[in-house]
Amino acid sequence: MHDGAWDGTIVCTGAARPATVALNHSREAHCLSSLDDFRAQTRAWLDTNCPDSMRTPMPEDERVWGGRQARCKNPDSKLWLERAVERGWTVPGWPTAYGGGGLNNAELQVLKEEMTRLGCRPPLFSFGIGMLGPVLLKYGSEEQKRTHLPPIARGEIRWCQGYSEPGAGSDLASLATRAEDQGDHWLVNGQKIWTSYANDADWIFCLVRTDTSTKQGGISFLLFDMTSTGVETRPIALISGASVFCETFLTNVRVPKGNLVGRLHGGWEIAKELLQHERGMISEIGRAIGGVVPDVDVVAKRYLGDGDGRIGDPILRDAVARHVMDDRAFGLTLRRAAQASGAGAADGGVSSMFKYFGTEQNKRKFELILKCAGTHALGWAGAGFSEEELTLCRTWLRSKGNSIEGGTSEIQLNVIAKRVLGLPD
Amino acid sequence: MNLTLNDEQTILKHGAHEFFKARMPVKLLRELRDRDDETGFDRVCWREMAGLGWAGILIPETFGGSGFGYQGMGQVMEAAGRSLAASPLASSALLAAPLLLASASETQQAALLPAIAAGELLIALAHDEAPRHAPTRIATQAAQRANGFMLNGCKTFVVDGHVADQLIVVARSSGGRDARAGISLFLVDAHTRGVICTRTHMVDSRNAAQISFDNVELGSEALLGRLDAGYDVLEPVLDGARAALAAEMLGTAVEAFERTLAYLKLRRQFGVAIGSFQALKHRAALMFCELELTRSAVLGALDALDNSHRERAALCSLAKAKACDVLELISAEAVQLHGGIGMTDAEEIGFFLKRARVVQQWLGDASFHRDRYASLLGF
Repeated sequence: MHDGAWDGTIVCTGAARPATVALNHSREAHCLSSLDDFRAQTRAWLDTNCPDSMRTPMPEDERVWGGRQARCKNPDSKLWLERAVERGWTVPGWPTAYGGGGLNNAELQVLKEEMTRLGCRPPLFSFGIGMLGPVLLKYGSEEQKRTHLPPIARGEIRWCQGYSEPGAGSDLASLATRAEDQGDHWLVNGQKIWTSYANDADWIFCLVRTDTSTKQGGISFLLFDMTSTGVETRPIALISGASVFCETFLTNVRVPKGNLVGRLHGGWEIAKELLQHERGMISEIGRAIGGVVPDVDVVAKRYLGDGDGRIGDPILRDAVARHVMDDRAFGLTLRRAAQASGAGAADGGVSSMFKYFGTEQNKRKFELILKCAGTHALGWAGAGFSEEELTLCRTWLRSKGNSIEGGTSEIQLNVIAKRVLGLPD
Repeated sequence: MNLTLNDEQTILKHGAHEFFKARMPVKLLRELRDRDDETGFDRVCWREMAGLGWAGILIPETFGGSGFGYQGMGQVMEAAGRSLAASPLASSALLAAPLLLASASETQQAALLPAIAAGELLIALAHDEAPRHAPTRIATQAAQRANGFMLNGCKTFVVDGHVADQLIVVARSSGGRDARAGISLFLVDAHTRGVICTRTHMVDSRNAAQISFDNVELGSEALLGRLDAGYDVLEPVLDGARAALAAEMLGTAVEAFERTLAYLKLRRQFGVAIGSFQALKHRAALMFCELELTRSAVLGALDALDNSHRERAALCSLAKAKACDVLELISAEAVQLHGGIGMTDAEEIGFFLKRARVVQQWLGDASFHRDRYASLLGF
């Protein structure tokens, strides 16, 4: 009971990873020296190929998502993407056969560290990379992998996620969108909601009901083109003023039979695994926004600091300290997990912990920034506020969604209680 | 920064866990308490710990130590924390030994360190004077005399003070209240004339003392390191002890948490296990997350100490602050979730609550370390 899935996980009744096999000293030394070589090569390549403007904090509107409708605000983004694609480094951990870089976990970690060191933006970011790719690699047929993975790696096809429905939020498995077997194709009818960027996406990975007699056991995982007849998207205006989520209406959509991933009625297993990748991604996004939004202590010093930078208000100073210390401890925890299990997806309970803590921490961050910056962080538009202040306000509102999308905080705590702590239903 | 254990540290961790579970369970602490044991810890067990090399973990092999470093010390402390093992490990091995290594003369080191490593010599740090940890607030006076010093003052919460053979006394040789400069360290035999030691019975049934110094005459050799510069030696050692205490607290918190979790699965009300109630599940899951963050902070601080990381002071404050918060939370939740049985002396969970509050105060609580972290980061 006292040793868990990764060193230090306290109690774990879930699947345990085998302990890392100890390397003997000469082998270890060899690995380390070849890793040093890799680091040197990586550093040199990044230094030569990553344009200067791609080494600055990334505003949200310069994030490169790829896809048929892709437009690059900054021309360097396109250059950086092309160079990364050529090396397989948009998806460095995927096999080279599917457009990846074929790196092992240790090399991935080095690449990540070197990119962080130089401040390199990720050349491409997408749900294809963060969510669909990993499960296609595991559950997809060879043909599906060859068809879908390289266009994701090259940033040519942008994917969206058809999970939630008006009547299936936290209780996702109660979803009702139906796919009927019509012999040579599936006929899909239903409605999805909170489909992020559905109006910008080219394809969708979608959970559909193929059997109404059971709940989880009647769900299948289907892929289809968003330009198919019968697919309609409608953006939803959010409290932040943005419309990143859509309603997606599916009316008699014909989907080729070969687009089913994994077993018929076997979609729930894939869906859950994909959610773990999604949760990892969301908890990282919160941290990545830090590139544009300054850290809490920086904001606090700017608005409240004395001449020597000390925050005058002792209560806010304590709150800021608590926050940045939790940030540090969370960062160390992500690093520890990576060191213990390589760069792959953490197991269910651990990814729920990261999702839970990362998103709650991000919400706390913006609430604290609001307290420190006062009315200057409460501007909606126009004169009287800096660009950054206006962004703070919008991003504060956006952060409220972090702990809802991809499984609410309450659901994450349920998952931890069940899968990690073994508490009964 | 390495946040996972190597083979040697893993073996040490498991060995320590087995040892404390078998030889020094919570039951032993209860027995020591119930018979009002004069020593306050079990000398046989302490000799066994020393035999395993733990009294000399921070002492180099040349002085008879085992040299496992802070990460190794952290593993032993965590295991000790799980069973609330009472021993002079922290006072002698964690505080006194590295202080002597950093400040004592070669002759003193050769005479004292092997004896500490063997578990034969106990040395306690007489530092705090106020109810709350304030490391530079030193009023105990060391006045220079022709052949040495004269010590006057009063120390509180001297852990293991009443069993110590010698004391390392933090005293002011110059400077005003709260000044870093002007603090000096002195090695004082506990039986010197004018040293008056009163054992204090703390709520955690562990050992501490109030010690007053009434015109205590010391030779010049009693001064450890340079006059007035004692705090420069003391602070890094305090940091090391903070990180290792955080490891002990983590162990205490983990054990209290696991016991509580087991109770949630066992105790039935309304016809079901109470652990099936969502309100309790969420509280348990929250504690789990906090424990994981604390473990990372502790491992980070211990690694920083062994590798002289430039941010080690901040990382040690991070570890102690997180450990204080998580242990305060879990020790209180543990009693609450055990219900009425948690309030009884027969149930062991109360021992965890009592120990928690004492070790939270030791070398600075969460507010102390948040304040220090903020200052170190320039806000």
